[in-house]
Amino acid sequence: MTVHDMKHAASDSARLEAVGGRLSRVDGPAKITGKAHYAFEQQLEGLTHAVLVSATIAAGKVIGIDTRAAETAPGVLAVLTPDTIMVLKGASDWLGNPPAQPTYNPLAREVTFSGQHIAAVVAETFEQAVAAAALVKVSYDETPAIVDLSDGTDGIPIEAMTKEWGNAEAAFAAAPVRVCAAYNTPREFQAAMEPHGLIARWQGDELTIWEPSQWVDGMARTYAEWFGVPFENVRLVSPYIGGGFGSKALALAHSAVAAAAAKMLGRPVKLVLNRPQNFTSYGGRAATRQTVAIGADKAGRIQSIVHRGVNETAVDGMWVEPLGSVTAIMYATPNFSSKQNVVRVNTVVPGAKRAPGENPSAFGIECAIDELAYELGIDPLEMRLINYAEQDPQVKKPWSTRQLREAFAAGAEAFGWAKRSPAPHSMRDGRQLVGWGVAAGTYPVRRAYGEAMVKILADGSVEVESSSIDMGQGTYTILAQTAAETLGVPVEQVTVKLGDSLLARAGVTGGSRLAGVMTGAVYKAASQALDELVGLALSDPRSPFHGLQANTLAVKDGRIASPRGEGPELSIAELMGMLGRERIEAKGDTVPAGFTPEQRYNNYTTIAMALPHTEGDYSRHSWCAHFVEVRVDEDFGTVRVSRVVSALDSGRLYNPKLAESQWKGGIIMGIGQALLEEGIVDRRHGRIVNGNFADYMLPTNADIPDIQTISVGIPDPHSSALGGKGVGELGIVGVAPAIANAVFHATGKRVRDLPITLEKLI
Amino acid sequence: MRDFSYLRADSVEAARNAAALPGAMLLAGGTTLVDLAKCGVAEPSTVIDVSHIEGLNAIDVNSDRAIIGALAKMSHVADHAAVKSQFPAVSEALWQAASAQLRNMATIGGNLMQRTRCPYFRDPANFPACNKRAPGSGCSAIGGITRGHAVLGTSEACIATYPGDLAIALVAFDAEVDLGERRLKIEDFFLAPGATAEQEHDIRPGEIITAIEIPGSAAARRSTYLKVRDRQSYEFAAASAAIGLELEADGRTIRDIRVALGGVATKPWRARSVEDALKGKALDEASVRKASELAMEGAVDHGANHYKIALAPRVIARAILKLGETA
Repeated sequence: MTVHDMKHAASDSARLEAVGGRLSRVDGPAKITGKAHYAFEQQLEGLTHAVLVSATIAAGKVIGIDTRAAETAPGVLAVLTPDTIMVLKGASDWLGNPPAQPTYNPLAREVTFSGQHIAAVVAETFEQAVAAAALVKVSYDETPAIVDLSDGTDGIPIEAMTKEWGNAEAAFAAAPVRVCAAYNTPREFQAAMEPHGLIARWQGDELTIWEPSQWVDGMARTYAEWFGVPFENVRLVSPYIGGGFGSKALALAHSAVAAAAAKMLGRPVKLVLNRPQNFTSYGGRAATRQTVAIGADKAGRIQSIVHRGVNETAVDGMWVEPLGSVTAIMYATPNFSSKQNVVRVNTVVPGAKRAPGENPSAFGIECAIDELAYELGIDPLEMRLINYAEQDPQVKKPWSTRQLREAFAAGAEAFGWAKRSPAPHSMRDGRQLVGWGVAAGTYPVRRAYGEAMVKILADGSVEVESSSIDMGQGTYTILAQTAAETLGVPVEQVTVKLGDSLLARAGVTGGSRLAGVMTGAVYKAASQALDELVGLALSDPRSPFHGLQANTLAVKDGRIASPRGEGPELSIAELMGMLGRERIEAKGDTVPAGFTPEQRYNNYTTIAMALPHTEGDYSRHSWCAHFVEVRVDEDFGTVRVSRVVSALDSGRLYNPKLAESQWKGGIIMGIGQALLEEGIVDRRHGRIVNGNFADYMLPTNADIPDIQTISVGIPDPHSSALGGKGVGELGIVGVAPAIANAVFHATGKRVRDLPITLEKLI
Repeated sequence: MRDFSYLRADSVEAARNAAALPGAMLLAGGTTLVDLAKCGVAEPSTVIDVSHIEGLNAIDVNSDRAIIGALAKMSHVADHAAVKSQFPAVSEALWQAASAQLRNMATIGGNLMQRTRCPYFRDPANFPACNKRAPGSGCSAIGGITRGHAVLGTSEACIATYPGDLAIALVAFDAEVDLGERRLKIEDFFLAPGATAEQEHDIRPGEIITAIEIPGSAAARRSTYLKVRDRQSYEFAAASAAIGLELEADGRTIRDIRVALGGVATKPWRARSVEDALKGKALDEASVRKASELAMEGAVDHGANHYKIALAPRVIARAILKLGETA
């Protein structure tokens, strides 16, 4: 564990340390100087290396695995196949549902996607394992594959996704103005710089896993169930994460292979997926198709929205990308219908990528309303205000807070939207066609219960402990700020320890819930620790405050005194010395009183206990509006984003600097989604052919203009203890439709299939 | 482990001798060789490290010609003041190639030996058929994902695109490759696939590139490299053009013009038909656009790369027009 140098982070100005201050990332110096050791950089005695052999067909049976050459290759310790790897127990899923099968084999005999793990070679060195893995010969009985959505039928209806009110189809048919179009998004990948991988080590029946993780307790539960050991016997360590974007919340097949190999060999095993395997070993964002039909009156007031969505899922796994999530709440409409199907294709099970559901959902509805605006000759921004939803149209509850109108106003002002030339293809700069587009975005506030340990030590320093994680979003920093403010100590006296399942438990870091959950828990634990310190100071005969006529004491800048100034003023260290205390520690949580131990366990190791965002009297969401300028070369069809102004409502910001950074990261990812990203499948082989960072296009610095973000949020007491709403997922939602709308404004061409590559415009 | 011998050559002579060994491959900047070794395409039995040979990284430029040593780094050549003034297209092609990190490592000689980015060529485990890798095994790209593949110079054996930028400029200005005993025009050094897709260069065992020489000309001095691609940096060309232009004293009649294309052909592609159509003609947008279409004579697409046939002439035209504007 690297101890972060807080002095550097705090040097900008004195008030940075408070919640809401612009404290720089406390883990930044350790990361940029290489002192931060990531999970599988641990150096262990006797470490062995595993390399996977992956399926080269998309569907069929493995009929033979010839391991003889690999087994006799230099340095090889074991060649594991479906027949020789130890059989694991089935594990419950992330909702806590019990396993469908009693046993689990992470190596496949039945192939359902190209890249599926068939075998693994363990050797003394990584190079030996790579070379031996190439010697494993797999023979197949290949069967036809369904490679993408276009191969399938209409798919399987997901009844739970149906949202309906009024009579949408009839109202659409009767509406005087109608638009209806289909919008498609391709398979996309999280593309984290740090690959997936792990080190597994067994000591007796105790398992330690070093693995980048968005959810150490959830993954520890899976390992415990696979191997039939108590949860407490599994320690999962994830000090830093080099990007997750939704992909690192679950223990996966390759994780099971490494842990099983370590058990079988009695030696620690390191297994890291190579870059192409990072495109086939876990799911990216499912490819989606949506049809959005909007009927409106001639003033632009929406009468009906009819929405149909389809996403791909796997042959042997279910992923539902909720495509109607934004459609149902963004605009007021008296009639609404959304239904969704999934189509099984031969792919690894798709998974969560930044703003799953909301992101593609917004692409459909936010392009469709733009089309309606042009159909009616109404400014696209005005169109959105005409149909502003004053309450949640679906559940008919008031918003907890919705600063979307303010976001439209602030964004439009900063962008200069009023100077827009209304007609498409009417603005240019030399041979560049210039277009302006707007789109809104939203993400629900996901809430859960959290726990934290806060320790005040004899030297006056403070430790905060939690098994929650920091994948770059700033957990280390904001929890230090929260503890510092609550306890009244300088932030450089606070050390935060994260990413270890031995520490106070935490739920998943996903769905933009962690900051709200954990600042609440740290606030509670720190308050309890402070109460105990003050209580001792007033009651302990060794304390100089003993006998003082005061109900409480105040701590400021690490010094403790009575509120009215009578009596002494001491540093916390001096007081701890007088009290003869080594430490004061308090584990605080926000879990409801009366939760059973099993409910607590499930709260941290499943997502089943999370609170719905529409629970109680309010509907809780964060909101944003993106204003984008694009330049489209009139000859080449190349689209470059030249300006972005985004106004966002994430409620109260715990650290604006970090929030802006996350918003910008989401916006950049949205630019990539709009213009570049696409997993390209060879239809003959059902295989991704651009599974590497040269061919899977992500934006470079040169593709990204200066991005202006404006916070329009206000504290939302219904969303979290300290008033914040979600930050990390929000920024990407609405970026792709804003760009597509700007491209239409520039060119007069409506591109409804992402990404918007040059051949679609020439 | 896949073992190989490592030899460090201290002289050109030693490198030539070693390069004659079966299975020998040269290591200079390593940006292609290490990459291809990792994906299982390059399996050298001997790696000859030439990066320590002295005297091969010189850049010598005057108004008559440039001589660039094979070990000069891409970034050094790109930033060389005389290269920028005498051969702007060469500098611009290098600046727009690869990434800053790669340009700092990669050498000019190695750049000429760069292999294609065809995804089927680069993935032997999943796509065993590739005539470039395994002669006679077939072509996995034909009938597959072809968005980046060539439309010019293809054959039934191979449609892989030549990926580089520098060589496009070299072809435009009649550069020559110094192989010691032999000197080849750069256009002849690169080979179209025909029935022998595995032969990409006219280079024989025991030969190594020691330098390239680019003749100076008025057209080279007034030249540019225009690269159109999906993203703004670190990306191969969807289509690119190296253009050189010399106008008569009237400032509008074309005396000499050079046109070469990248991103659309199996080798660096000189478009002489465009040059011939424009020489002696007045430089105006309509005739430039019309003449640029000639570059696509004989083009054959494979579906997803059809757009290149429309795109490439526009890239040529825009590059010519840009040079015309900067009189």
